[in-house]
Amino acid sequence: MTPTPHSQPIQVMAAPHFKGPDSTPQIMWSVVASLCPVIAASIYFFGPSALLVILASCAGAIVTEWAFVRSGPRTLFDGSGMITGVLLGLTLPPGFPLWMAFVGGAFGIGFGKMIFGGLGQNIFNPALLGRAFLQAAFPVAITTWSASGEAWAGSWWHLRGDNFALPLMSPHVVDTLTGATPLGFMKFEHTATSNLDLLLGSVNGSIGETSGLVILVSGAYLAWKNFLNWRIPASIFLSVAGIASVLHAIDAARYPSPIFMLFSGGLMLGAVFMATDMVTSPVTNRGCWIFGIGIGFLVVSIRIWGGLSEGVMYAILLMNALVPFINRITQPRVFGTSVKVRSL
Amino acid sequence: MVSFLSFRHGVHPPDEKELTAKLASRRMPFPKEVVLPLSQHLGAPAKSIVRVGDRVERGDLIAEATAAISAPVHSSVSGVVQEIGFWPHPSGAQTPAIRIEVAPYSPQVPRPRLVPDWQTLETKDISEAIRRAGIVGLGGAAFPAAAKMTPPKENPIDVLLVNGCECEPYLTADHRMMVEQPARVFFGIRILLKALGIRRARIGVEANKPDALAALSAACPSDLEVSVHALPVKYPQGAEKMLIKALTDREVPSGKLPSSIGVLVQNVTTVAMIGEVFETGLPLIERIVTVSGRGISKPGNWIIPFGTKIRDILEVCGGLTSDAQEVVLGGPMMGLAQGNLDTPILKGTGGVLALTRAECKTKNTYPCIRCGHCLEACPIFLNPQMLGNLAKAERYEEMLDYHLNDCMLCGCCSYVCPSNIPLSQLFLVSKTYLRKNPPRKS
Repeated sequence: MTPTPHSQPIQVMAAPHFKGPDSTPQIMWSVVASLCPVIAASIYFFGPSALLVILASCAGAIVTEWAFVRSGPRTLFDGSGMITGVLLGLTLPPGFPLWMAFVGGAFGIGFGKMIFGGLGQNIFNPALLGRAFLQAAFPVAITTWSASGEAWAGSWWHLRGDNFALPLMSPHVVDTLTGATPLGFMKFEHTATSNLDLLLGSVNGSIGETSGLVILVSGAYLAWKNFLNWRIPASIFLSVAGIASVLHAIDAARYPSPIFMLFSGGLMLGAVFMATDMVTSPVTNRGCWIFGIGIGFLVVSIRIWGGLSEGVMYAILLMNALVPFINRITQPRVFGTSVKVRSL
Repeated sequence: MVSFLSFRHGVHPPDEKELTAKLASRRMPFPKEVVLPLSQHLGAPAKSIVRVGDRVERGDLIAEATAAISAPVHSSVSGVVQEIGFWPHPSGAQTPAIRIEVAPYSPQVPRPRLVPDWQTLETKDISEAIRRAGIVGLGGAAFPAAAKMTPPKENPIDVLLVNGCECEPYLTADHRMMVEQPARVFFGIRILLKALGIRRARIGVEANKPDALAALSAACPSDLEVSVHALPVKYPQGAEKMLIKALTDREVPSGKLPSSIGVLVQNVTTVAMIGEVFETGLPLIERIVTVSGRGISKPGNWIIPFGTKIRDILEVCGGLTSDAQEVVLGGPMMGLAQGNLDTPILKGTGGVLALTRAECKTKNTYPCIRCGHCLEACPIFLNPQMLGNLAKAERYEEMLDYHLNDCMLCGCCSYVCPSNIPLSQLFLVSKTYLRKNPPRKS
């Protein structure tokens, strides 16, 4: 019996023949798009320097990604390298030398992502790994905070530091206005910053550490699209606010208020955009709560008892390392296991 | 009473039922020939009892059941047996089948039959009549209906659940059955309740079929403890375990059958067909099939004899459009794509879909980014991300520790995966491997 051949070419695929609307590049580029308001706010506060630093770290990330994927899987245009570049740029001071930002982006992608096997294989957030590298390599440049806001009134377009320092030369800080970050003020001089300034972002600090409000709005959009797990920022905010409230109630003079803790430094940026990196956060919802609470606990500990004024970066990197363990202990209860029969 | 009415997780694919939901079922013209595979059900294939050249009438037994889990096959047309040999089966394999040429100019009238009187029959005899009529689960799995009705004695069944969810997109065959023949559905329920010796039945219908809900509620007899429930529209609401969870708040224990928690589930069309057996005496030879998808010129609901080839069905429905990409038997979430249009439809085939390129949304595959969306989708609460990694590494035996056997291949994980990883396909491969190479107990 020989069935007759059919005339029209048709395709045979495994079920399901329907696909959902999301795709990985779409998720990645949506995160990049949602970072645009944050970039815009930072340009408003820090002038063209902010844009230059972000572009430099993106260039480092993209060029490195390109160098690695020339012969491998084509992941250059999936947007994940771009996220690393933008996020790294946002954690740097506006006056940061561009060549250092480039090196940071290259390190983040090369050592944070590609040597693990590329997209989806890395343990640590590549942007934060790049920043950790820069912090170790260039401790002075990365803690030179140019002043923001009124200090630059009338000269918005001026560079906020020696962005164009030559490679391997120390940048000179003679001509720029600098100032400590709110966390620095708090830790080393015990003075607080106004909550409104913190909320809107008119403070000194890293490029993306400024406007908590913009970051929250962008994060809400991503959470609504289900491109980030809202449980992670929620648990970080709750645990930081919770621990800070207790400490603040014990000694208000020594420990800052929960609002200050939430909106100062890189906490907003870290909680919304870095801890929620899908690759380096737990896959289970219960795991996300544990992960977020762990970060919150570490952030407060480092800020208050540690030697650094800021602890978001190390808190996230430390918890990244625990993710496989968290995944293992938070496996969901499989349907039909450990059940008892109910009567109608 | 019932507080839960749904299950957790699942996905919301576009239901696409508006293409055919309002179209009344019509009888499809008889084709020139039909091909009836001997394996149209789960379990042992039937054994042919006809020879080439035999003349058969519509409804005649042509292959008999060979085991406890098996079902006989009846001729769906009046005609002459041409050939008994191998023919493409929807599963993709070549399986034994009986090819019957349809008698030209035949009125296609079945022989007069003795209608069994259900009121005087015992449980055993009712289930024997259902078995002999070749009734299998018409929701897709095609499990012999009578085999479900003899549960072990230590677990008496206390409720009959009728599955009218039809959660697969596009399909409207069950929907039309409920709208057009609600009385027959309740007649089938009455017989099943008598056979099981119980009084309680619940019908679950997804809320996107208000006309079916209205028709069932209007026809609901007052002397039976039957209730009709509108369930949330969510895939896979019609999966057996999910329906049981929704209607009784009971969970089928891992590795056990629904009878272990006192539940019997039958698809609504199966129930109606059981009703038909005790109304007309006719065995299962045809059913309502939804022919739909944007790759077909004229979608519709048709009463089609089993064994009709896809090619003949497509021809009646105006043929494939120029952008048709895939022909699927069943729904788009779990159905089987067909590469050969001479493949016949079977008892369990509720839909023939022609999907266009735009509907299939063929996409590139990316590495897993551990987004966890598959864990959020899995109605069984498995970890498809971990299972997928293990399957890719061919570590099949370890997958059993992650409850691979509980996976029902509903496809929710593949549907949501942004990286387009073919998770349910990987699990199907893994299950097949483990069936052929059972792990050694250490």
